[in-house]
Amino acid sequence: MYTTEQYEGMIAETITIKGHNGDEIHTYYARPQGAGPFPAVVVIHHLPGWDEIYRDFTRKLAHHGYLAISPDLYCRDAHGAPEDVAAAVRAEGGAPDDRVMGDVVAAADYVLSLPSSNGKVAVWGTCSGGRHAFLAGCKLEVFDAVIECWGGNVIMGPDQLTEKQPVSPNEYTSDLNAPLLGLFGDLDQSPTAEQVNQHEAELKAAGKDYEFHRYAEAGHGFFYYHAPIYHQSSAVDGWEKMFDFLSRHLS
Amino acid sequence: MEGSGKGREGWFPLKTANVSYDHPFNAPWEYALNIDFVNEDRGVGARVAVELSPESAKLLAETIFAALQRGEADPQIQVSVL
Repeated sequence: MYTTEQYEGMIAETITIKGHNGDEIHTYYARPQGAGPFPAVVVIHHLPGWDEIYRDFTRKLAHHGYLAISPDLYCRDAHGAPEDVAAAVRAEGGAPDDRVMGDVVAAADYVLSLPSSNGKVAVWGTCSGGRHAFLAGCKLEVFDAVIECWGGNVIMGPDQLTEKQPVSPNEYTSDLNAPLLGLFGDLDQSPTAEQVNQHEAELKAAGKDYEFHRYAEAGHGFFYYHAPIYHQSSAVDGWEKMFDFLSRHLS
Repeated sequence: MEGSGKGREGWFPLKTANVSYDHPFNAPWEYALNIDFVNEDRGVGARVAVELSPESAKLLAETIFAALQRGEADPQIQVSVL
């Protein structure tokens, strides 16, 4: 843990990696300065885009001693202001799940290849990123820990499935291959409290290593300090739970 | 669709309206009725966005129909689309 007499340095910049299908994609990579070795986190951005709050989250992880890497999941779709890009991607039905998984595993492989890596990597996302993080923990075999924050559409009905999202992520619950931390607001409408109950019941039935924390006064997106949905006490506690979970599983 | 929208760089022809009931970017609720008036041929920046509460969206829809009804009933107005 950083204390005030210590030197702290960080490099945070946009780099390019080869993602799904070998496509070059932009990635925001924040790392502590020094030889490490450091644990890593792949940060999956939410539907509103590869935006400023995700820059802040990525740098926060680096401040806490993680190699934090956040790929631009919309890099192939368009470039412009993050909201304009996200609106265009939303109009096209979102990013395809298989493409997201390809980009996420590429980001993990990149950080694990570095001499500053301690060989451990987690995956984390909020909102649609939470859904993708859970999916990654089931479909990919590279992660040592999974953090899902209020993942909407982890449970999808048949009428919600599309060509880009052809399978409901909860269908893969039995394939989850890393410990899972889930943070949810009870007042959230996607996922609802009932859906989180179902998600938890399925994890329990499958004998998975998980811990869920539910916040009675919070709804969706309660980490988003830039929006009225921010809930201060839940966010502070949520971040503490995250860093505790990461320290236990990425050492 | 056909029409004109005024974005950050001025007026541009509209080609599509994307309507969703989803998390808004800016409006202070978890869900909003979001309308993006766009012209994809001009890039993602060619966008006029509104995010409305469900009640406002319904009121707007009713007001749109009322304005159209009044305008189309007026014999002095002839709308021509070139």
